Amino acid sequence: MIVKLSEFRLKGLVFLAIVVFALPLFISNPFHYSLATQIALIAGAVVGLNLLVGFAGQISLGHAGFFGLGAYFSAIMTSHYGWSAIPALIVGAFGVGIIAWVVGRPILRLKGHYLSMATLAVGFIIAIILNNEREMTGGPDGMPVPAFDVFGWELSPFGQYSLFGMDISGDLAWYLFAGVVLLVAVWLAQNLIDSPIGRALRSVHGSEVAASVVGVNTTKYKSLVFVISAVYASVMGALYAHFQGFITPAVAGFEFSILLITMVVLGGMGSTIGVIIGAVVLELLPQVLADFQEFEMVLFGLILMLTMIFMPKGLLPTVANFLAKRRSKSAGGDA
Amino acid sequence: MTALVEVNDLSKAFGGVHAVEGVSFAVDAGQVYSVIGPNGAGKTTLFNLITGLYTPTGGDVKLNGESIAKLEPSQLAERGMCRTFQQMQICMNMSAIENVMLGRHLTLKSNLLTTLFRLPALTRGEKAAHAKSAELMEFVGCGEYINAEASAMPYGALKRLEIARALAAEPKIILLDEPAAGLNAVETTALEDLIRKIAEQGITVMLVEHDMKLVMNISDRLLVLNYGRVLAEGSPEQIRANPDVIAAYLGG
Repeated sequence: MIVKLSEFRLKGLVFLAIVVFALPLFISNPFHYSLATQIALIAGAVVGLNLLVGFAGQISLGHAGFFGLGAYFSAIMTSHYGWSAIPALIVGAFGVGIIAWVVGRPILRLKGHYLSMATLAVGFIIAIILNNEREMTGGPDGMPVPAFDVFGWELSPFGQYSLFGMDISGDLAWYLFAGVVLLVAVWLAQNLIDSPIGRALRSVHGSEVAASVVGVNTTKYKSLVFVISAVYASVMGALYAHFQGFITPAVAGFEFSILLITMVVLGGMGSTIGVIIGAVVLELLPQVLADFQEFEMVLFGLILMLTMIFMPKGLLPTVANFLAKRRSKSAGGDA
Repeated sequence: MTALVEVNDLSKAFGGVHAVEGVSFAVDAGQVYSVIGPNGAGKTTLFNLITGLYTPTGGDVKLNGESIAKLEPSQLAERGMCRTFQQMQICMNMSAIENVMLGRHLTLKSNLLTTLFRLPALTRGEKAAHAKSAELMEFVGCGEYINAEASAMPYGALKRLEIARALAAEPKIILLDEPAAGLNAVETTALEDLIRKIAEQGITVMLVEHDMKLVMNISDRLLVLNYGRVLAEGSPEQIRANPDVIAAYLGG
């Protein structure tokens, strides 16, 4: 079974790696690269949120808050204080982790609607702070963010780079970087899930009582997964800020929080690859339906509702189930 | 010799309802100790009090001489107490063997670093836990489901899976809440053998059960509850001969 599980784990990751690295063969337009990069970074945050929602069965309707905190911390430290991007990202993630722990301890005692409301409030508070601290954040107008730099070497969507002797544009370089970050995010998440800690997390979802009688300190594990998912959001937020070059408090906003949750639900709670598909679909949809921009939130709400009603397990698990059933049916027919 | 579990004047009231009132008894290590009584007599409440799911409104529970009345279930697991439930508590979002491996939680010391990077220390522990869990599934008699999802297992097998999970924690004492409920005659006989095998390993067993034949066959001692109070306590022979018990419970 361990062999089978690890095979499966690799399967998902290999599949994702193939898609990530094959995509540049099909697109070359800077706009498409930019969109793909954005999707990869948001998908990374969604993978983290899925640990909390899909595996541990908790909820966060304010997760954009942590994404925004990571984004703004990195933006402020690099632009106002001359920090390099990597230390800003790491210190930011650490700080967000501590905030999530402090906030999470009391609110994770709540369940269901009450937890939803509490996390919603956390998101709102963060967004309000970012809006009002004008001197630091530029308020509702947003603020510019310096390019991402690694040891004095800058990664900008507008640069020109050479990789293994090939000339590549800044867009492509950013896309490949974001793709690798997403792959690492998935690898870490899948390692976490398939471990004693991961089982403890899932048991909190499956049966909190069962978890506690075999010695799982459920409060501790809920806090842990809340912190981990917040750190995921913070790191992705920081990268997102550097990639975009300009951020507004909308990155911490309510609508973005709801979008993140919708991605998890649509893709398939508890399916790491599934939620990435959810992120891809919901990021591409507005592009396809650009004419209906005002109805975006309505559409997301509708998708959320329809998914809950017609495929509560989400897109990928439902399709996989359907295919497996058809295969076993046709196999039965042949016999 | 001090008793493994000592219950002293234990009470639990829900509002005005005294579900358990002034109950005292002691369980020696290695015994099979059963709690019986009519529906609503307070048997499950008593189990919930002992295992830390409820906090008593009065009295005390001691495990190995230490007062445990105010401890959380997870702290009791650390002290070697584990249980199963009348309303089965299986994680349906996990595979069958993962449910049992969950029982190994306290024996698997893992930190975030070895977990995230899946270092060899973690894989070693996981392999050992997997082997042990598979062995336990064989032991309780659901070996055929080692590769199954928990959600695909039949009721009787899930009941045994829950026992395997409790055993995986290597408890000193295991509390089984109506393990035979919903089982047919063949399954009940198999359960009887299983409880005997568990007791032979030196694990103390506490049992809440309605199946009188099963209880009388395997118990060393019995506690009879009625309306939350102790009606009688003693060996199966004594209980069988007790006129109060016959009147209140056996319906004679």
